Amino acid sequence: MMSKIARTGLDSKRVKKKFVAPAAPPPRDPAAAAVSIRPVRRGDLDAVIEIDAMVTGIEKRDYWNSLYRRYADAVATGQHFLVAVSGEQVIGFVIGEVRDWEFGSPPCGWVFAIDVRPDARLGGTATALLQAICAGFKRAGVSKVRTMLSRDNTLILSFFRSQGMMIGPFIPLEMDLES
Amino acid sequence: MKLQQNTRLALYSLLEFAADPERQIPAAEIAQKYEVSSHHLAKVLAELSRVGMVQSVRGVGGGYRFVGNARRLTLMDVISRFEDVLPAESVHSEKTPVGQALASVLSEIDEIAKASMSSITLATMLRIIERQQTAAEATAPGKVRTR
Repeated sequence: MMSKIARTGLDSKRVKKKFVAPAAPPPRDPAAAAVSIRPVRRGDLDAVIEIDAMVTGIEKRDYWNSLYRRYADAVATGQHFLVAVSGEQVIGFVIGEVRDWEFGSPPCGWVFAIDVRPDARLGGTATALLQAICAGFKRAGVSKVRTMLSRDNTLILSFFRSQGMMIGPFIPLEMDLES
Repeated sequence: MKLQQNTRLALYSLLEFAADPERQIPAAEIAQKYEVSSHHLAKVLAELSRVGMVQSVRGVGGGYRFVGNARRLTLMDVISRFEDVLPAESVHSEKTPVGQALASVLSEIDEIAKASMSSITLATMLRIIERQQTAAEATAPGKVRTR
């Protein structure tokens, strides 16, 4: 797109598929229980593991137990592990922490993971989770939040964009380590 | 990054329509605001109507109305109707090491641009516009700050 002289679609004889505008999402069920956000508890882990497995296809029990040990009850050190609860059910989570001077950046909040059960989306839960963790970051004295995700993850990219996040000044780089 | 005029007109028009989806906006109003010819704009709007993003309403008081889903329609959905968004050169099509290295660097930039355009919906754009307008009004000269 950027490195090629583009042909105007209107003048091209190329036939394009008719675009079908996506339908409006169904309204959230008004009978659904209100969602509350709170710090994670040990008993929430099975639900968190299940949500992560539903989305990634991988059950990472050891990983989540390790995260719980490091992030639960660690607000004093700038770490947050929050869950969204609807009725008695955990339907989403967000994890992040304040990091100081990494990559040359003054202290800022980082969101490492956020997700909502696929059957509980489109109800503002992810927004509430992000707002809650950002409130925690602000209480810790930082004024910037960052995250990083795959450029192929259009769904989560769109979510963060809809919350006002823009591409930052840092560029992630990588290389393979030769054996 | 530079978009062709037709693409920019399409985006301007869609954002104007999506900002006020209940209103039928005459093409002449958009043409005057963005200082383009009505004839040129009509071709762009005809394409947007053909692909189902806007609906034309004829007659007195007619115009165009947004009929898409602003929360799902992305900038890339619009751009791809008017521009060729295929990768410029594939590394595999280059025959020399210099050509392959340059193609791989250029493809990095293309991939980031495509990911950005594919993740920004019209609804998100409208929020960006609103935030920028609010920020501009807050710093406008002569603005009285209240405590």
